[in-house]
Amino acid sequence: MPAADAMIEVRDLVKEFNGLRALDGVSLTVPRGKVVVIIGPSGSGKSTLLRCMNLLERPDEGEIRVDGERLTGDERDLNRIRADIGMVFQHFNLYPHLTVLENLTLAQQVVRGRGRQEAESIAMAQLERVGIAEKAGSHPRQLSGGQQQRVAIARTLAMNPKIMLFDEPTSALDPEMIKEVLEVMLQLARDGITMVVVTHEMGFAQAAADEVVFMDAGRIVEQGTPEGVFKNPASDRTWSFLSQILYHPTAAAVTG
Amino acid sequence: MTTRTELAPFRAALPARLIRPITGARWKAFPWWIAALGLVAAGTAYLVLSNPAYYEAFQFIRAGLGVTLTIALSAYAVALVLGLLAGLGRISENPLARNAATFYVEVIRGVPMLVLIFFIALVALPALIDGLHSLGLWLTAQGLSGPGQMLGRLDSRSVSMNVRAVAALSITYGAFLAEIFRGGIQSVDRGQMEAARSQGMTRAQAMRYIILPQAFRVMLPALGNDFISMLKDSSLVSVLAVRDITQVAKLYAGHSFRYTEAYTILAVLYLSMTMLLSALVRLLERKAGSHASR
Repeated sequence: MPAADAMIEVRDLVKEFNGLRALDGVSLTVPRGKVVVIIGPSGSGKSTLLRCMNLLERPDEGEIRVDGERLTGDERDLNRIRADIGMVFQHFNLYPHLTVLENLTLAQQVVRGRGRQEAESIAMAQLERVGIAEKAGSHPRQLSGGQQQRVAIARTLAMNPKIMLFDEPTSALDPEMIKEVLEVMLQLARDGITMVVVTHEMGFAQAAADEVVFMDAGRIVEQGTPEGVFKNPASDRTWSFLSQILYHPTAAAVTG
Repeated sequence: MTTRTELAPFRAALPARLIRPITGARWKAFPWWIAALGLVAAGTAYLVLSNPAYYEAFQFIRAGLGVTLTIALSAYAVALVLGLLAGLGRISENPLARNAATFYVEVIRGVPMLVLIFFIALVALPALIDGLHSLGLWLTAQGLSGPGQMLGRLDSRSVSMNVRAVAALSITYGAFLAEIFRGGIQSVDRGQMEAARSQGMTRAQAMRYIILPQAFRVMLPALGNDFISMLKDSSLVSVLAVRDITQVAKLYAGHSFRYTEAYTILAVLYLSMTMLLSALVRLLERKAGSHASR
């Protein structure tokens, strides 16, 4: 039985790439209205886990439920469920041939079946929300990375998603642009949107996460509150990962 | 004497580097080949206007221009559809579609175009139509007289050579265009398809709204070049006795024995059309390029 307040339930997920186990029996529940942040070294399977949650990656074994509904290979069901799952990508993946406004209205019209006016007013409201409404008529390439990522977030919001997945949303950004994106995400967390975030931004995890999940080698090693995982990691692997990420000996050596 | 203002529109139409005085090292960068082409065109125009033999040949051969252009344009339109379908087939996840498309492309690429034209126009197309005719008779016998009689009325002998020529050219070029479509679609970043699918779009919607518009910009020069190639290769359909400019030039040369006049005019006619088209393609390319980077 799926838990009543579970937005996403993942059970015993296995995914192999060319014989390599990217996911090795992962089970995870994302409660409605909560923010789950997944951390871990690169190659630990955290992005693969996220991409399985809307079947951009098809798991070899296991089961995924979104809002109680099982994700299967059936295309028509899949498209309907995917429309309810917003995804924000590392490289934004905005549509370069469309304006910012059109980026936000296209899927509303062809997937949600909304009229043009309705789609545009929703789009403008969401652009307002991420603080970039004045760029509605621009093309993505005219925007900075941080602006593009905020547009990408607004694009998913315009679909009224039940849940939002973030796949390293700040990893492709210049340092000075990370903050503006994280601030938008923090606001969404406060608004009570269910979020799963794969990130290396520990500050964001501490500020926004209800639950932090540490993955390594295709498994969940540890999960708990940010307090628990960051201050008192139960496993040595979590501790060594956190010490590498939170304390840079090279940086310390340079700055003295 | 013409004044500078009278010349202004013509100057605006020319590349700036053609107008600037040629000094120093600039003669190396000067596109002499364009000047030479202009000279060829002017020389031929002079011959046609001043020499009655050339004038007569030109008037005779000109009559085939309509057929040449109609065949090239309609064959290209059909080839675009075939090319898109086969190109999508080549990258399809469906093994049947993928293998059928690859088979088509490889077969066409492996046979000389002249042979393909004979084969499609005189063997494959009649066989297909005869097959449909038999199917019509059979359907009528089964009691489905509606579609049965419609198909039964088909007769391979009544299909004109012009239609056969279009079929042959479009099937041939469909295979070439398939590779252009495939390359164009594959040049679009994978993340675009993922973003579209993650929003709940079907594969077809993602293709139509996201992938193809971006692929088209990449493909535009190649598509333009293939149209120019097709215009030239349309001369091959003269073997089907289609009265295009090549066929009428051949006829004219045959009965007048003015080979020089006939084939000079013919060559310059093709050259003028292709030069005009490639200028057009370059213009479109620049427009698409500036649009993409705006």
